Amino acid sequence: MAGRTASPLGTSNVTPRAAPPLILMPPNAQASRADGNRISRPPSITRPAGMHPHACTRPSPALRLSFSMLPTTGRSTLRIVGELGDFARFTARGYTSAIGSRRLGRRLARAVYEQGVRCLPVILIVGTFTGLVLGLQGYHTLKGFGSASLLGPLVANSLVRELAPVLAALMIVGQAGSALTAELGIQRNSEQIDALETMGIDPHGFLVAPRLLAALIVYPMMTAFFALIGLVGGWISGSVLLPLPGSVYWSSVYKAIDPEDVGQCIVKALVFGGLTIALCCYNGFTAHRRSTTTGARAVSASTTRAVVFSSISVLAADYLITSLLV
Amino acid sequence: MSNPDTTSSAPLLEIRGLRKQFGDHVVLHDLNLLVPRGRLLTILGKSGTGKSVLLKCLAGVLQPDAGEVLFEGRPLGTADAPTLAAFRRRCSYLFQGNALLDSLTAWDNVALPLEQATLLPKPEIRARVRDALRRLELESDAARYPSQMSGGMQKRLALARALVTRPEIVLFDEPTAGLDPIRRNAVFTMIAHSQREFGFTAVVVTHDLPEALAASDRVALLVDGTLCFEGAPAEFQDSAAPAVAAFRDSASHLAGQIAAIRRGEPVPADLA
Repeated sequence: MAGRTASPLGTSNVTPRAAPPLILMPPNAQASRADGNRISRPPSITRPAGMHPHACTRPSPALRLSFSMLPTTGRSTLRIVGELGDFARFTARGYTSAIGSRRLGRRLARAVYEQGVRCLPVILIVGTFTGLVLGLQGYHTLKGFGSASLLGPLVANSLVRELAPVLAALMIVGQAGSALTAELGIQRNSEQIDALETMGIDPHGFLVAPRLLAALIVYPMMTAFFALIGLVGGWISGSVLLPLPGSVYWSSVYKAIDPEDVGQCIVKALVFGGLTIALCCYNGFTAHRRSTTTGARAVSASTTRAVVFSSISVLAADYLITSLLV
Repeated sequence: MSNPDTTSSAPLLEIRGLRKQFGDHVVLHDLNLLVPRGRLLTILGKSGTGKSVLLKCLAGVLQPDAGEVLFEGRPLGTADAPTLAAFRRRCSYLFQGNALLDSLTAWDNVALPLEQATLLPKPEIRARVRDALRRLELESDAARYPSQMSGGMQKRLALARALVTRPEIVLFDEPTAGLDPIRRNAVFTMIAHSQREFGFTAVVVTHDLPEALAASDRVALLVDGTLCFEGAPAEFQDSAAPAVAAFRDSASHLAGQIAAIRRGEPVPADLA
């Protein structure tokens, strides 16, 4: 390796004797294959005289790719961290602005109606079918072990610990969360939010606070409805459609649910409610900041984003809470 | 209502070296403008010259990149929250698209700034809302939603909401956009009448030249984000400045341009 030194970038370099300094080619000025096998080089870049034709003057393609990704990765990281900070500030401002907000009750009642009453049919339908399926699958599985009488605890624990808070949250996000993101996005686009500011009304207190507070009321209630109707679904499967005695089912359900499970269920519902509705409000409120789209498409993109992020956050938060509380 | 002192010579609003850009596009270049107290100032200019951006900077909806807006001599950019809130209580903004809350009825829209931003008792709020709706001939439409109203009615409703707080300064962003000539005259008459009656300071952004010249006390012309003229309507009529003349005489050139197009001559570069 006489005459060669390792460069700090991990590439080998030729120590010039009388030759001019080597030129490190920029990524966008790489040699390109003009035809078949012949490689044509940009005219401004030439191999120095006396240099071995196979001497490597450029970083390897993998290294160049890593370098070219650095700025993109850095920008993305900064954007994500900045957006997380924005979201945290937005949520905190949403809750604190409730303190000074006037006539909050009427707007809170409307938000409870939209997130709760309007979502109730979906919650009841999905809860019923979840219980029915749990009862059906659970009965046949447990019967194989001679433990069909444990169907009640299986359905109850599955619903109360996991399925009721998670599925109820996903249903509310799908129905009420998407609607409120679209509503806020349209209000942003049509300058209604700017109008509130010019009237001296805090848009966070007026539009966001009632929805955040409503979520803390509605989510535990909807989760409870989901769990109750799911238990009924399990009873229909096990005791009406299949031969398990109803008294066995209900007594085992009663014994299986302990206050700790109910507490965990309520904690999950509160966290999911606070998180998902804040995400939906944030995405609607900031619909005008989407750099890639504007107008109606920005509202549509914000709504999709809100539903996707909320759904992921529910599942991630569920795992975190379960790992902390179990 | 509080009757502002319209005799004071000090400007109510002052713009100093205002600059605003979006990305690389500079919309307002180092703008300086005085808004005299108790007068109707009209900012004229073609579409896309930065008139609405200027008005939003005045209202504090947009933050300027350089320069400052002074309200009664105090800069709004560095003002604390109570000062800014006090400014917003004394200022109203009529948006180009009206920005009415579509989930509220006409009555609730007009009552909103009083219910949310003042401590007035309910009977006083009701009386004021009823009075504002009556003045703008919307009394019988109080229970209707904005989407159930025509464009002209929505404009009047937005004006009622802007005036119900009895502001000292009202910013009008294209108040006649999309209206027919009769409604356009009616809106300008309404603005001029309200301005005289209540004594507020009005800043109107428009490109309707005849109506603006008839109703305004002062006129400013914005061309590509730069202030090209500021003075009385009569001075605007007599000005020989090329930018003023081009804007003022554009309507009279129309017949000639149409005739030239019909003769098959090329479209002028500034219209193509």
